[in-house]
Amino acid sequence: MKNLLEVKNLTVKFPTRNGIFEAVRNISFSLGRERLGIVGESGSGKSMTGRAILRLIRNPGILEADHITLEGKDLLMLSEKEMYKVRGHRISMIMQDPKFSLNPVMRIGDQICEAYRLHARASKAEAKKKTLSMLENVLIRDPARVFKSYPHEMSGGMGQRIMIAMMLIPDPQILIADEPTSALDVTVQKEVLEIMDKLVRERGMGLIFISHDLNVVSAFCDRVLIMYAGKIVETCRADRLHEATHPYTVGLLNSIPQLEHPADHLQVLQRDEAWSKAPSVSGIVKTEDLA
Amino acid sequence: MSMSANTKNLKKSVSLYEWLTTDSPASRNQARLSSWYMSWLELRSNPMAMFGITILVALLLIAWFAPFLAPHSPFTQDLAARLTPPGEGGYILGSDSLGRDILSRLIYGSRITLYIVSLVALMAPIVGLFVGTAAGYLGGWVDTVLMRITDIFLAFPKLILALAFVSALGAGIENAVLAIVLTSWPPYARIARAETLTIRDADFIHAIKLQGAGPLRIITRHIWPLCISSLVIRVTLDMAGIILTAAGLGFLGLGAQPPSPEWGAMISAGRKFILDHWWVATMPGLAIFIVSLAFNLLGDGLRDVLDPKKSSK
Repeated sequence: MKNLLEVKNLTVKFPTRNGIFEAVRNISFSLGRERLGIVGESGSGKSMTGRAILRLIRNPGILEADHITLEGKDLLMLSEKEMYKVRGHRISMIMQDPKFSLNPVMRIGDQICEAYRLHARASKAEAKKKTLSMLENVLIRDPARVFKSYPHEMSGGMGQRIMIAMMLIPDPQILIADEPTSALDVTVQKEVLEIMDKLVRERGMGLIFISHDLNVVSAFCDRVLIMYAGKIVETCRADRLHEATHPYTVGLLNSIPQLEHPADHLQVLQRDEAWSKAPSVSGIVKTEDLA
Repeated sequence: MSMSANTKNLKKSVSLYEWLTTDSPASRNQARLSSWYMSWLELRSNPMAMFGITILVALLLIAWFAPFLAPHSPFTQDLAARLTPPGEGGYILGSDSLGRDILSRLIYGSRITLYIVSLVALMAPIVGLFVGTAAGYLGGWVDTVLMRITDIFLAFPKLILALAFVSALGAGIENAVLAIVLTSWPPYARIARAETLTIRDADFIHAIKLQGAGPLRIITRHIWPLCISSLVIRVTLDMAGIILTAAGLGFLGLGAQPPSPEWGAMISAGRKFILDHWWVATMPGLAIFIVSLAFNLLGDGLRDVLDPKKSSK
């Protein structure tokens, strides 16, 4: 079994008045049928990495890479029209705030049906049936009512579950979740994560989980990439995150309060110029190593 | 089940007014109805808007029941009774130079006015919506080209451009409607474009984009519905202008052709007698004035009610 996705030397640049700003710098990583976490502070380029995989970098951003291979096919060689078929159908993405990612004037059911019918040739009745069962899958209690509601009638947690349903309904192989729970409160967070986890496992999908929350990532993912200033500074197994060696990762871990080891003062992260100059660590894993 | 039974009992026990103005609606339909009722109350508290509505409802009824309301035929001539002053010889508003009853002609003319207004109000915003959303969403050179074309149309005074179109197409009501549409879409295109620019970078557009939707689908399914509310308000405000342009074309002999009782054409026919027989030109003039005023007042009132930014909630 090969890797689902392999990204080699990905760079995202933005030309500005003060020269070129590199949001993502020469990173490489791979994704099998696993849950890969990408952590880092704001502006470290983690969201850009997610968008770059779908080739949805806003103008005037420039995307460069040796290759972004999805099951042996280089996404960079596809035309924009062929990309329509990749987006949603093969790779889906869940965005941060469900409040803004649903069209406010369309009924929820219609939006999910549309997502399904974009890629599957199905009749309206079929799409509706599929939508209702999908809504049930994300543990929505009264799917028939939600189907007919507008987004503003939903709570944040329900909204994010609806987004998950919408993104999973075309049955993609890879799901990119860009901070899917940061707009939700903690109790709802857990619920949403569990639903996502269950669906991803059942379908044998690859998941890229972008977050700034180290605890969530270490509990939820198989493997973690730590990004700093557009580079991957460290990669490790999620359950061994606490054995991380890079000073940035250690600094991040030390700045989180811990229940077992209460401290009077939490450490403040001390940054080092050298980190952003050091070459990026490769996140590519040979499939044999995984097994 | 018990919920709906409850609602029904409630409905019986309290008055309809209380049911509509309750703070805690028991069902979705009640909530919807009561929010409509609230808008209606707000509109009703604006006397000018109510005045406009009354006149427009009357106009609709008059146009609908024209054959029953008109005392005479609008086309039958009676040269013996030409230019009869108002109130004499059974002509309530007088008769014109061919002895036709002006009141009957005004009543039938309301049909033509409504015909023109409704056709233009249906077509112009749609043209504007197409152009504006395409320009706003696609951006780049498409935007530049479409907006410069819009600017060219905006650069001419409306009536002059409509005149040019009608004289090129040939006189007649249909062509007048076409000409007015061709001259009145640019403001709608502008509004639709502005609206699109604020929506196109919204997260839900990105969400549908990363589901693999192409530009055509995004524009028609996701951007159009959001532009419509602002267009509707603009249309009600523009109605008066449409009536005036139509009347202007009729006055210049390029709109409805005689003997059709179009108001503008009637003024034009009465122009020759304006000093000796004032009523021939004045009556249709008053009709145009009152109806355009009514449309304007209603448009203002509707804007106040529908504008979400001004709502006091």
